Amino acid sequence: MLFGIEWDTSNELIFAWSILPILLIGLWVTIQATVLGFVVALVLGLILAVLKGAPSRIISWPANVICEFIRDTPLLIQLFFLYYVLPEYGLVLPAFMTGALALGLQYSAYTSEVYRAGLQAIGRDQREAARALNFPSAHTFTHVLLPQAIPRIIPAMGNYLVSIMKDVPVLSVVTVLEMLNVAKIIGDRTFDYMVPLSMVGGLYLIMTLVASAGVRLLDTRLPKQGLPLK
Amino acid sequence: MAWTEYLTPLLQGAWVTVQLTVYSTIFGAILSFAFGIGKLSPNWLIKAVSVGYIEIFRGTSLLVQLFWLYFALPVAGQAIGLDLRLPPVVAGVLALSLNIGAYGAEVVRGAIQAVQKSQYEAARALNFTPRQALFGVALPQAIPEMMPPFGNLAVQNLKDTALVSLISLGDLAFRAEQLRNFTQDSTTIFTLVLFMYFGMALVLTALMKMLERFVGRWRHASN
Repeated sequence: MLFGIEWDTSNELIFAWSILPILLIGLWVTIQATVLGFVVALVLGLILAVLKGAPSRIISWPANVICEFIRDTPLLIQLFFLYYVLPEYGLVLPAFMTGALALGLQYSAYTSEVYRAGLQAIGRDQREAARALNFPSAHTFTHVLLPQAIPRIIPAMGNYLVSIMKDVPVLSVVTVLEMLNVAKIIGDRTFDYMVPLSMVGGLYLIMTLVASAGVRLLDTRLPKQGLPLK
Repeated sequence: MAWTEYLTPLLQGAWVTVQLTVYSTIFGAILSFAFGIGKLSPNWLIKAVSVGYIEIFRGTSLLVQLFWLYFALPVAGQAIGLDLRLPPVVAGVLALSLNIGAYGAEVVRGAIQAVQKSQYEAARALNFTPRQALFGVALPQAIPEMMPPFGNLAVQNLKDTALVSLISLGDLAFRAEQLRNFTQDSTTIFTLVLFMYFGMALVLTALMKMLERFVGRWRHASN
């Protein structure tokens, strides 16, 4: 029994059917962690991208090094670091929050590159035109560059959303009850790992196929010239 | 315990990580070429197997694959009367190679498809067999194109090896967790470990850059 739901091990099919609701509870946690991690990655990534593109090397150089460091070290170790080290400095977060933060941190290194590529793909003339019209630089960024960059970066961001979803099982090491952890617990108690773990694989496959199809659809539907403002 | 005393166990772990990375990157590269070329095969069976492999291993999480091979496979083996209990090191290398091989296969397929059509037409005009056109004309041009994404995948693979610590393989991540349990000195240990992974990634990137120059050397030979 898990989350108050009993399972029935009389045969494989009945067992699979009886644990499906339990796995779906885990799946809901996986989706929440994915979305929260993605939001953190989008925000931190944008900050990193702006810092990396700063005109002063005193700012851009450390930002580049930090980004490289985050990208070249495993999510698992970053997660352990945040989970064990933050409380020593007085910041105690629930395991789920620490996990989402670690996911967001790891992927911010990737999303910052996507932002940068998206911004660089916009022609110089746009910046020059904004300057000729005497736009302040913050205004240029939010009203000229971002609306044109967003349609270009959405497909790449969508792919990272799928990647984040596939990395969520790592959070099981800090006791987050996401789908794989739930399946592992069912396996530990029934000694039948085959059914729950295969079901997790199948559910992941369905989710990634649906998400990839969604990203492709979005890609064909988005206006290529930029989002209209207002 | 002074931080220098952590170095011996951590370096032992790092050596396991290096071995895992080397083996799974090599096996992964073999799988990449086999299934990347397989996906372009005119034979529907080979094509279907390749597409199935790529979709399954790219579409599920590495940790799910690892747990499946380590925990579920023995149960499946028992059902059909085979002993499929894998030692952690075999399950680890297998899961890492199968996972990275699926990503690599897409790189191989993309690079082969990016070779200009005129090259195939020329090979055909010169009466090359399809095999000769692939190995003599397309691959030599495609391989240098594959190297930058392969470099990223190799680093990805190095980072992914940390997950095998979860099936009790004594790699760097496993040693770090052991030391932390023993000393409770999280900050020092995990900072050290992060820098060790970073160092290994930098070395691996440099090695992949060297390999990239090596396989692309014919491009600069004529001028």
